[in-house]
Amino acid sequence: EKTKTSFGDKLDSVLKVFKKIDDDLYDELEEALIMADAGVETSMYIIDELKKKVKENHLTEADEVRGAIKEIIADILSENDNEVKLSGSPAVVMVIGVNGVGKTTSIGKMASLFKSEGKKVILGAGDTFRAAAVDQLQVWAERVGVDIIKHQEGADPGAVMFDSISAAKARGADVLIFDTAGRLHNKKNLMDELKKIYKIIERELPNSSKEVLLVLDATTGQNALSQAKLFGEAADITGIVLTKLDGTAKGGIVIAIGHEQKIGVKFIGVGEGVDDLQKFNAQDFADALF
Amino acid sequence: MAFESLADRLGSVFKKLRGKGKISEADLKEAMKEVKRALLEADVNFKVVKDFINGVSEKALGQNVLESLTPGQQVIKIVNDELCALMGKETAKLDFSRKITVIMMVGLQGAGKTTSSAKIGGFLKKQGKRPILVAADVYRPAAKKQLKVVGEQLGVPVFSIDESTDAVFIAKKALEHASQNANDVVIIDTAGRLHIDEELMEELKNIKSAVEPSEILLTVDAMTGQDAVNVAQSFNKQLDITGVVLTKLDGDTRGGAALSVKAVTGKPIKFAGMGEKLTDLEPFHPDRMASRILGMGDVLTLIDKA
Ligand SMILES: Nc1nc2c(ncn2[C@@H]2O[C@H](COP(=O)(O)OP(=O)(O)OP(=O)(O)O)[C@@H](O)[C@H]2O)c(=O)[nH]1
Ligand SMILES: Nc1nc2c(ncn2[C@@H]2O[C@H](COP(=O)(O)OP(=O)(O)OP(=O)(O)O)[C@@H](O)[C@H]2O)c(=O)[nH]1
Ligand SMILES: [Mg+2]
Ligand SMILES: [Mg+2]
Repeated sequence: EKTKTSFGDKLDSVLKVFKKIDDDLYDELEEALIMADAGVETSMYIIDELKKKVKENHLTEADEVRGAIKEIIADILSENDNEVKLSGSPAVVMVIGVNGVGKTTSIGKMASLFKSEGKKVILGAGDTFRAAAVDQLQVWAERVGVDIIKHQEGADPGAVMFDSISAAKARGADVLIFDTAGRLHNKKNLMDELKKIYKIIERELPNSSKEVLLVLDATTGQNALSQAKLFGEAADITGIVLTKLDGTAKGGIVIAIGHEQKIGVKFIGVGEGVDDLQKFNAQDFADALF
Repeated sequence: MAFESLADRLGSVFKKLRGKGKISEADLKEAMKEVKRALLEADVNFKVVKDFINGVSEKALGQNVLESLTPGQQVIKIVNDELCALMGKETAKLDFSRKITVIMMVGLQGAGKTTSSAKIGGFLKKQGKRPILVAADVYRPAAKKQLKVVGEQLGVPVFSIDESTDAVFIAKKALEHASQNANDVVIIDTAGRLHIDEELMEELKNIKSAVEPSEILLTVDAMTGQDAVNVAQSFNKQLDITGVVLTKLDGDTRGGAALSVKAVTGKPIKFAGMGEKLTDLEPFHPDRMASRILGMGDVLTLIDKA
């Protein structure tokens, strides 16, 4: 029921028109990358790399370019860590990001995924700010069948983190997934609050693996670079969850972030249902682009 | 950011051309390359940028450089004037011509529909209207609860049929409720959906024909990238929207999506969301958006004085 014209279709038509490799072909490819939100700078970098590759490997047919450009993008994306680490008791996954990107929903899906891998999961309702945020997470907890630790709306999220860690320890949970309120990265007080929450994990669980996942909406443009940078100053981001890839947006900004800021993607969101979360695969992502 | 140096980069393009004289075709081409890049970095859609650059180039070619400006500033002035023209000058108003003003809020998931519904309700209440909010998102976990909480915070009543999962039915009943309770504005919060989701777009069409809204406002996140044109075009084609609410402008995005959306739909942006608080809503000022997209407020003030 969902129809879309993919970036791949577009590229197909480009490659049909251009049988031979020339400047127009490179321009068209660069345009296609920019339309996927890869950004001017990163798109130029990719095209430069492509030109080198074409020269080195003596490529002469436009068709051969397809494989080459895919490879370059997959390389950028797999250079950084794409694996989720869940060691320690409990392992912690803190989920952060700007407003409305899909943090709470992704937590519900992750809980289901980890549970299906045999892990005991507990959720921490750290968004005490947004209207009905706790209720929303509660629905997910019930849907998946996992415990949730929550305080009143307006409570200190640091206190929720503290209690969540205690409960996770006491109940022998393998993974604590902690929701945080959406916040824009240019708000210093909110970033400081996040820093404080993160410090609590470092202090209370020195031996646990700590995943700090930045959730990015695939529809987002160049601003995601600023998001990754400024959230990264508040907590050590270990990976990205790229949501809403079931739409027509391509999420190309993660190529720019991988290239410039060395952060890998760990999960992709492809819908609103509990099973609509997939482990990220660089090659698949590059394939899907073309 | 590379972007902040647009003025500098234009300056170096025009190094040869000092003070007076005409802008030559070669200089202009170089300058437009920089402008194009700046607009792309602000997330203006590629195709929109292309058309825009062509239009501006035509206007700028052969123009005399004003005594008081450098050629770089002159180009920025022309670009800014054209951006302003595209965005429109006037702040667009809501249509209150009917006895009951029905406003339907639509858009992608997480764009800010529920928050903006409440904000608009609060905004209109202050102007002496008697709005109600309608909880017609029957899908998202705790969506109805969210609307009730924000409604209560503002003292704007919320119409909800908790046990119903039929958004069209809820919207119809809300309208009856409004006329019985002398509410003159009905703001319908709908579930977030993808523009390519045919089933859910059908639901919106059904709500539309059931309540005949005066306003269908597409809520768009100001951080949206290149895809903004697909989303806006598709919602507009299927629903014939009357305007746009641009949210999350309190961030540091340049907000090029504003230009893309305006360019492809021709529909005005009516409100700007400026924060999470329920009072953080402003009527949209298109003229300010142009300088934000260009990211050079200072240079523009300088030019204004020239
Ligand atoms: N189509 C689609 N929708 C998604 C996806 N992930 C989340 N959503 C939807 O996006 C909207 C926002 O999701 P939330 O999980 O509430 O986002 P959030 O980041 O927690 O939002 P705040 O807490 O308000 O900052 C909801 O309507 C979700 O159903 C996805 O992968 N695809
Ligand atoms: N900073 C900021 N946050 C906003 C603004 N408008 C909405 N938000 C936040 O964005 C997130 C999503 O807002 P909602 O109103 O729930 O979005 P929605 O479109 O109703 O989402 P769905 O119903 O899931 O499709 C929430 O965290 C809001 O607080 C704004 O103008 N600025
Ligand atoms: Mg949330
Ligand atoms: Mg909503």
